[in-house]
Amino acid sequence: MLLGLFLLLFCQLIGEAAARALGLPVPGPVIGVLLLLSALFVRNRLVRGRDDETVADDRQGAVGEAADGLLRHLGLLFVPAGVGIAQSYQALDGQLIAVAAALVGSTVITLIVTVATFRLVARRLHKDGRP
Amino acid sequence: MTSPTPERFFELWVFLSTNPLLWLTVTIGVFLAAQRLAALARFNPLVNPVLLSIIAIVIVLRLTETDYRTYFEGAQFVHFALGPATVALGVSLYRNRHLVRRDALPIAAALLVGAPVACLSVIGLATLCGLDAGIVAALAPKSVTVSIALGIAEQIRADPGLTAVFAISTGVTGAIIVTPLMNALRIKDFAARGFAAGLASHGIGTARAFLVNDAAGAFAGLAMALNAVLTALIAAPLMKLLGL
Repeated sequence: MLLGLFLLLFCQLIGEAAARALGLPVPGPVIGVLLLLSALFVRNRLVRGRDDETVADDRQGAVGEAADGLLRHLGLLFVPAGVGIAQSYQALDGQLIAVAAALVGSTVITLIVTVATFRLVARRLHKDGRP
Repeated sequence: MTSPTPERFFELWVFLSTNPLLWLTVTIGVFLAAQRLAALARFNPLVNPVLLSIIAIVIVLRLTETDYRTYFEGAQFVHFALGPATVALGVSLYRNRHLVRRDALPIAAALLVGAPVACLSVIGLATLCGLDAGIVAALAPKSVTVSIALGIAEQIRADPGLTAVFAISTGVTGAIIVTPLMNALRIKDFAARGFAAGLASHGIGTARAFLVNDAAGAFAGLAMALNAVLTALIAAPLMKLLGL
């Protein structure tokens, strides 16, 4: 667990450092995701080469354990920032209804457009009638 | 031992209320209670644990006249975990690489259409509603998970406080409406439903999707990660193009 947490933090750290040092237009954690993803592909190569561990049962070791722990309670992590909502009422200064309208409207549009695109392309591809 | 007098209670309160321990414990405890409540409500989308927790804690802070800064000193430990949790999506992406490969084309299409729509639709609606440029900019990355939305806010010079609040509000909104909306549209493909939930409403939508269906959760996590990457790449050029 500790090793996994270290690896996640390490990827994030390298990501943040690289984004800043190289002036990349991508946020640090995004680079961290890509870094971890490539590391896991490399690791897969190494695991495949060994006999004592089957690839199918692989849960990505320590980093998988740490990731499961964090992602299982993903909702919790948004609470502290969300509580700040009460602070921002003042900054919105009477524009709350307009903001809410834009936000809800856009979320509905995004959900519909995204799911429609996904289904449209999926249906074209597999005409074998996935649900 | 001294007897408990009101003065001693007050002293104890002064100690606790300014100590990170109290608000960290409250945050986790309230969320656990909210999760229990959501389970009792059979995961009705309206009983959203994130929203319930936020409301409950805001009320507690009001009643105890605690300012947000004091609260955040304790809660920051939870908040900090957002960064590594974002990186942890690499694991969920990796685990679902076969699903991703199978649905590569629908995923790519839904991402390439959905990410700009998430940005442009809110910019358009906000402009129509007559909101000022500062708020429009803070709304633009609203569908992206908070830690990355904050990175985007830095690029497009949007207010970080507003950006975080809008991203969380969008997450809660999406998590609440996705199930009834998809049922109304009669979409039964949980991969597609999850993908839309994660793209439109990031981590909070993903948390919701995991409650509904495992595959939906995996696709939601995937959409959240992909959308974060794509939006981070297109947000700044898009804002420049629109002259914002």
